[in-house]
Amino acid sequence: MEMFSTEKIYDFMSKRFAFLGLSSFLIIASIVLLLTKGLNFGIDFVGGTIVQVKYEQTAPINQLRDIFKETKYSNAVISEFGAADEVVIRITGSSSDLTNDIADEMHAILAPSGKFEIRRVDMVGAKVGGELREKGLIALGLSLVVMLIYVSFRFEWRFALASILALVHDSIIAMGAISLFSVEVNLDILAAMLTLLGYSINDTIIVFDRIRENLQITKETLLEKVINLSVSKTLSRTTLTSLTTLFVVATLLFFGGEIIYGFSFTLFVGIIVGTYSSIFVAATFLVQFKFSVEDFKVKEAEKQKRAKEKARNRAMYEQGTV
Amino acid sequence: MKIFNYRLIIFVLSIIFGIVFSIPSLLQTDTGKKISLGLDLQGGLHMLLGVNTQEAVTSKIKTIATSVKYFSDDEELLIDGLSIESDAVVFTVLDKDEIPKMDEMLNQIKGLAISKDDLKYTLKLTAEDIAKTKDLAVVQAVETIRNRLDQFGLSEPSVLRQGETDIVVELPGIKTAADEKAARELISKPANLELMAVDEERNDQVNTMTSSQAASYGNIILEDTNNPNIKYLVKEIPILTGSQVIDAQVAFDQSNQAIINFTLNSTGARIFGDFTAKSVGKRLAVVLDGKVYSAPNIRERIGGGSGQISGGFTVSEAGNVAIALRSGALPATVTLLEKRSVGPSLGADSIKASTIALVSGFALVFVFMIIYYRRAGVIANIALIANVFIIIAVMAMFGATLTLPGMAGIVLTIGMAVDANVIITERIRELINEGVSVTKAIEDGYSNAMRAILDSNITTLLAAVILYAYGTGPIKGFAITISIGILTSMLTAILGTHGIYESLLPRINKDKNLRKWFGVK
Repeated sequence: MEMFSTEKIYDFMSKRFAFLGLSSFLIIASIVLLLTKGLNFGIDFVGGTIVQVKYEQTAPINQLRDIFKETKYSNAVISEFGAADEVVIRITGSSSDLTNDIADEMHAILAPSGKFEIRRVDMVGAKVGGELREKGLIALGLSLVVMLIYVSFRFEWRFALASILALVHDSIIAMGAISLFSVEVNLDILAAMLTLLGYSINDTIIVFDRIRENLQITKETLLEKVINLSVSKTLSRTTLTSLTTLFVVATLLFFGGEIIYGFSFTLFVGIIVGTYSSIFVAATFLVQFKFSVEDFKVKEAEKQKRAKEKARNRAMYEQGTV
Repeated sequence: MKIFNYRLIIFVLSIIFGIVFSIPSLLQTDTGKKISLGLDLQGGLHMLLGVNTQEAVTSKIKTIATSVKYFSDDEELLIDGLSIESDAVVFTVLDKDEIPKMDEMLNQIKGLAISKDDLKYTLKLTAEDIAKTKDLAVVQAVETIRNRLDQFGLSEPSVLRQGETDIVVELPGIKTAADEKAARELISKPANLELMAVDEERNDQVNTMTSSQAASYGNIILEDTNNPNIKYLVKEIPILTGSQVIDAQVAFDQSNQAIINFTLNSTGARIFGDFTAKSVGKRLAVVLDGKVYSAPNIRERIGGGSGQISGGFTVSEAGNVAIALRSGALPATVTLLEKRSVGPSLGADSIKASTIALVSGFALVFVFMIIYYRRAGVIANIALIANVFIIIAVMAMFGATLTLPGMAGIVLTIGMAVDANVIITERIRELINEGVSVTKAIEDGYSNAMRAILDSNITTLLAAVILYAYGTGPIKGFAITISIGILTSMLTAILGTHGIYESLLPRINKDKNLRKWFGVK
């Protein structure tokens, strides 16, 4: 079976302004969303308490809301969690007292609402939340820097810059989607974002690797043509691996349970955006940066000349003719 | 015809390794190294505790004051106004000639900054000693909490220091709310035992006295543990503290009430004997964590260094206090900074859900690879299965912990590990379509694809390492599985499949139907 013919060369570059337009629209929309609606930070980053309760019957959510109005937790937010018999109760603030536990309190408060089991209590103090947020931002920033260093080390600077731009493009759009769907942002979302950084840059690298390879062997002087050739040749691979990964992420999304929903969702969106950007967007940056095939060839030729000269000098030296 | 080549041999050996070492984890055998399940999968309690290290400094100052008092009493050296003022011990020596003697004693205490204004002494801790005391407080708190939990009989409690002042406590053994409550109480109990002298001259005014008035006499007001309306006026500087307790046991008094018998070490016994000899007819307050449990009259000198705490304990309370006294006092109180508790049923649900995801993800990739690549797909799938076994084996060998994000990591690895085979097979197909011979197509396919595979794996690995460094608990589990998965996939997806192709090469060459092998037209 073949999804894309290995013979056919698609002309991506002639439509590059359409893709850049689409990407710009998505990025601007994401930034607007992030600035207006913002991210729905969970307790990991802002502190607070979450209590997950499973009932033996359908959870009486309305009754629960009434019950909580009468208590000191009147601002508690109660929502269904994965199934009709399960709810989570979110409370802002946390108690630092070891002996008076929130779970005991919850047992007392919830007692009239039916038969239930408290399955999970997560409490994060505000100080810890702040630390986790700080660490998370450092981790994200550090990853970007490390990727940049790695790619610059492997490629010419315009390639490196283009791949990092593609990475920023992917992260912003993924965060926009997280904001749009009000996914709760906890540590697992951070893990998903970092995984995406690694995943999305490796897609881009594979395309760039092929562009570089083709630049060395082709007689073509027009960058757009070399890019079209390279992206077309790697098209099968890019879509296939994204598909297989997307398959498994989709199964996580549908069967993995509510707890890793946010994680799977982020990966799901991120893989789609990452694949799109490595096929349609990343290489266009090279064109926008006015990467010149001729300069590249001149430099390559010089490099090879130098290497040859070195080899010749060495040979002469070894033969003792110097 | 050569069936075995070095690549295949390494691959087969690693499969054997994978199967052998993953068996204990997969079949849950009694022997052998197993993967341990994280708290989010097996249920349990995770807590981040903060040690209020300043308290340790305050209590050290108190101990210094106690030493000064004991020394001056013992040597009949007259001092006046011994008190504690904002982390400093202040007193005045009445007789100028006694100063050298006092200096000699103080010089024996390490880490002390002494400033003298004529006859008035101000003792402070040096900055270095404050830092050391704070550090020691955390070390000691870790030790104490670990001791208490060990004696409490929980399976595999883990107590580790994190950062400057924090402690991570993980209790996988906790299954019920009652257990959890007992463990929390045990951990949080400071178990700070103090034996203090009641100020008999002024105790009758205790109900009308303010705490600042009490302080002006060098006293503090403490409440009775059972009845907060009963108050005692006691000397601020204790005679003895729990640090001198070497043993504590639950016993029962005549009325069958639970009490705790404690034994003091030799220094403690001497101080206690001396004090009781001097204070016959006065009362001694037995104070635990700032509450007076009893205040018996001293009828005679108590030698032998043992005493008892009574005060209406239930048997289990008395047991916990005894454990806490034996394992030592917490040098400072701890506060709860973060708590995550997962019930065992939720953990079981998470395992079920992620296993379904794992199996169905696997099946999808499997079927897809076979349809798309035919036998090349089958070969890639063999590598994939081998990879999962090897991941489990490696994790078991290192005793790594499997968490829910870790499971997600394994699922994700399947998607990513197959990437290498897709890259390779696509290259081989391209070369075959260009008319290259199969032997050369396979050789070149592998060598051409190598660079791209390495690049993509290294970038993912970099992200995983950063995640490990900055993540906590479950997230670290994700970073671990994904890193191991990437590394082992290099072995299976690159080396292993290459080995299989090499040994099948004669057959592929004989067979002219390349569609069957690589799915090409």
